[in-house]
Amino acid sequence: MDFSLTPEQERLRKEFDDFFKEEMKNAPPGWGGSLEDMYSADEGWEFHRYMARKLAEKGWLVRAWPKEYGGQDASIMEQVIFGEVSAYHKSPGVDVFGIGLLGPTLLAVGSEEHKKEYLPPIARGETMWCQLWSEPNAGSDLAALATRAVREGDYYVVNGQKTWSSGAHRGDWGFAIVRTDPEQKRSRGLSFLLLDMKAPGVTVRPLLGMDKTHLFNEVYFDNVRVPVKNRVGEEGKGWDVTKAMMNFERTNVGMIFTVKRGLEDLIEFCKETKRNGEPLAKNPLIRNKLAQIAVEVEVGIALAYRIAWIQEKGGPAAMVEAGALAAASKVYGTELNQRFSYVGHQILGPYGQVKKESKWAPLQGTIESGFQQVQGMCIAMGTSEVQRNTIAWLGLGLPRSWDEVFKRPMAK
Amino acid sequence: MNLDFTEEQEMLRTSARDFLSTECPKTAVRELEESEEGYSKEMWKKMADLGWMGLVLPEEYGGTGGEFMDLIILLEEMGRNILPSPFFSTVVLCSLPILEYGTEEQKKEFLPKIANGEMIMSLALAEPSAIYNASGIKVKASLQGDEYVINGTKLFAHDAHIADYLLVVTRTTEGANPQEGITLLLVDAKSPGVTSSVVPTAALDKQCEVIFEDVKVPRKNMLGAPNQGWGIVKRLLEQATVAKCAEMLGGGQAALEMSNSYAKERVQYGRLIGDFQTIQNYLANMWIDMETSRNITYEAVWMVGEKLPCTEEVSIAKAWVSEAFKFITERGVQIHGAIGMTRDHDMGLYYRRAWAWDVLFGDADFHKEVVAQQLGL
Repeated sequence: MDFSLTPEQERLRKEFDDFFKEEMKNAPPGWGGSLEDMYSADEGWEFHRYMARKLAEKGWLVRAWPKEYGGQDASIMEQVIFGEVSAYHKSPGVDVFGIGLLGPTLLAVGSEEHKKEYLPPIARGETMWCQLWSEPNAGSDLAALATRAVREGDYYVVNGQKTWSSGAHRGDWGFAIVRTDPEQKRSRGLSFLLLDMKAPGVTVRPLLGMDKTHLFNEVYFDNVRVPVKNRVGEEGKGWDVTKAMMNFERTNVGMIFTVKRGLEDLIEFCKETKRNGEPLAKNPLIRNKLAQIAVEVEVGIALAYRIAWIQEKGGPAAMVEAGALAAASKVYGTELNQRFSYVGHQILGPYGQVKKESKWAPLQGTIESGFQQVQGMCIAMGTSEVQRNTIAWLGLGLPRSWDEVFKRPMAK
Repeated sequence: MNLDFTEEQEMLRTSARDFLSTECPKTAVRELEESEEGYSKEMWKKMADLGWMGLVLPEEYGGTGGEFMDLIILLEEMGRNILPSPFFSTVVLCSLPILEYGTEEQKKEFLPKIANGEMIMSLALAEPSAIYNASGIKVKASLQGDEYVINGTKLFAHDAHIADYLLVVTRTTEGANPQEGITLLLVDAKSPGVTSSVVPTAALDKQCEVIFEDVKVPRKNMLGAPNQGWGIVKRLLEQATVAKCAEMLGGGQAALEMSNSYAKERVQYGRLIGDFQTIQNYLANMWIDMETSRNITYEAVWMVGEKLPCTEEVSIAKAWVSEAFKFITERGVQIHGAIGMTRDHDMGLYYRRAWAWDVLFGDADFHKEVVAQQLGL
């Protein structure tokens, strides 16, 4: 085994680091780097678009994509390094929906026309996407979705409601999974559509978070006409596209580096801040709590590298292993963010509740916003429970407890 | 980066697993736990014949010149099977420091005998204060002519009762800095004045009290330089700590597999208990703990093997893995229900070791304090 990076990888890390250090000087005041910061206020969104353009100029925005679509064919390991540095500096710019999800999906299962039409503007940092999947009665159980699309000539006419769509109020385009054949049950009879968010009949309504930030939305479709050519995959086979999209494994290294940075800031705070005449950093209980988070950060990074290594090797067996490991890294990364927020709040005491606009807010109010926003991380993109079910299934070979067919005869 | 084992390492794992499961079934583990000596001489001989004791020793000293990671694989399998033996004491705790810090004469004297299974050794480090810092070293050795004379009591020295030689960490001078004035001595266990007796412990793992009363040791048996021994102890503890993490990986994996199998065969309410999401969640959490432990251990092992500065990484691994191993075995007992608590059930073998190994070479809190210092706190 050899855990060292190549000189080229070390050089890249330095190059990313220099870039982000410089560009992050342009962040709006109070910028914390969360999705809420990016989507909620106009200056946050403007900064996201600015960083997207800057990254595109560097040729870094879609590094993992093939060269012919504006990428650099970057290896997974290089992308891990990019993700680390970008998260450490709290940078926005990389649209998780367009770049992380739709792009790889179109590259894998999209038509030539789709690739030519949709990928270049994403690669230039011009179009931003959102995801139109969940519905009021289809959350973790996505296949229960009911939004209808009825074929009328060259169009689908879409009616229904999506929800929990992050950044739908900002997105230019959305990708939706809808029911085209109501005779078919669950995952059958669904189709995958690309949809202009400015199309007549699309209404976006905010769902404010408990800290009043605007990340989530409800999206209503009232006779929205979507050209048939905007369908990805065959009619009725939308679930295959959805599954392909869910399978683009992530190492979730970014969420670990978010904590790494947060911890560094908190450690500085504890060194500088005195309570009862002594720096917080000298309190044994606080030292223990901070060290525990540091341990968990390094453990999370080691896990991310293992996943990247397995993904890079590829092959079907590796992908099953990586599937369970990616589920583990999602649970681990989000719950680590949770534990960090709790520790931060414990250490800050009454100051942990003060919002960033107050002069009394330590650490730019990141702990105050953090402990409210972190809950969403454990729910979005597959809840912690769904991830643990996936581990039980793929990692441990246990029955899929969520299956319809689980109503099976008694064992023995 | 290359995070795969070599083909040879995979073969070593397979052959070690086969050997241990054949030669050391759990019935034998329980018998050896109950025995006075705590290991089987025949098995020890066979292990030596397989080349295990000399796995990482150079050929000139009777070994096969493997790398540290090879040893780690072997230890993982020993932890997986639970092998009661003085292997860890002899090979990890004593042969490695002799190899790295011994004089040519010492290497020639000790290493070939260790490699062929003739010599058993024990490290006498901890004392009744039970701390793994230099300030915990109080056992005195004073130079009188050409001999050191040792007085004091060592505690928790694994396998000292069967050892031929002891590696004893002594205090030779007192000063403001506790890390100075420590000297390591290779002591013939049969020397007059040495009394080793087994302390009864939860894991029945033959941890000894060793009393030194005017024990005379020739000066040539000093390992490393006089008063500069803490550097050796630090290195030795880094190796030992990650090696113990590897044993915990093996033990944790076994406990997880045992629990997963049980969940797939035990029927309650007319269905497998593994159908229930509560049990699945326990197992998923155990699986996460296992996978996270694996990667952080191998990274620390790699750093130790490469002799990179790794104080923080080693402590991170120990702080994480010992908690994980305790959690996995505790859930393991819970999943098995009452049967898991019995002397006849294998889960208890792992559960007891999780608690023993947690406190060995510093528990999670000890190592978190090391991490805190490394963070500049």
